[in-house]
Amino acid sequence: MQYITDRKRAVGAGAAHTGTAHHWFMTVSSVALAVMLPVWLYLFGAAIGGTRDQVVAAFANPFTAILTALVLVVSMRHFAKGSAVMVEDYAHGTARKAGLIFVSSLAAVIATTGLYALIRIAL
Amino acid sequence: MAEGTGSFRRVERPLSPHLQIYRIQMTSVSSILTRITGHALMAGVILGVWWLLAAAVSEPYFALANAVMTSWFGKLVMTGSLWAVWYHYLAGLRHLLFDARLGLEIKTAERLGWACILGSVALTALTLVIV
Repeated sequence: MQYITDRKRAVGAGAAHTGTAHHWFMTVSSVALAVMLPVWLYLFGAAIGGTRDQVVAAFANPFTAILTALVLVVSMRHFAKGSAVMVEDYAHGTARKAGLIFVSSLAAVIATTGLYALIRIAL
Repeated sequence: MAEGTGSFRRVERPLSPHLQIYRIQMTSVSSILTRITGHALMAGVILGVWWLLAAAVSEPYFALANAVMTSWFGKLVMTGSLWAVWYHYLAGLRHLLFDARLGLEIKTAERLGWACILGSVALTALTLVIV
């Protein structure tokens, strides 16, 4: 027997009981990206066009390395979850399952590759 | 139920949203552009991460990735991604406003749509000047 009231069980869950968690994740990650991106775009843009030594030196900087790692992880999760909604909107059945696995995997491969490069450069 | 009996014929009804006669509006265009820019950004992300990986691995590999990055194609992808990121950024801020129950009047929402498009072009130009 559950002692929780029906109202308490329903509040904050939304009609599907899962969508609010997704929406809130996108809100939180978007605010994080909104704060980080202007600074990161400047640092990344400034590094383009340099020699390999200059690029390595730029991303070996602790601030740049940590910020780039954060932008990679947060943006790739933001992409995976946002793209999953597009797949769910347009694809059905097996195509939907394959699409969801693909966008999630793509985001993971990109984030991990970027982190590997950062670790090799910064450590 | 009628479905699956064989004698039932599915009625050909028009499907929403009636794309042939759909009158596009600023609110729908700005919404679709948010999704398109979010996905198109992956081109810039993949090129950027590949370039960073090459810088981490070796001098010849970086020479290749950097040649692509600084070629007309790389510049096209990076400039396009820059506009896409600024558009997606402003459209995301607009969503935060909507979530706070602000800017939901049709006139205001349409103005915000124009602000996203014109603002993203302005921010792209500004970034290119600064960086």
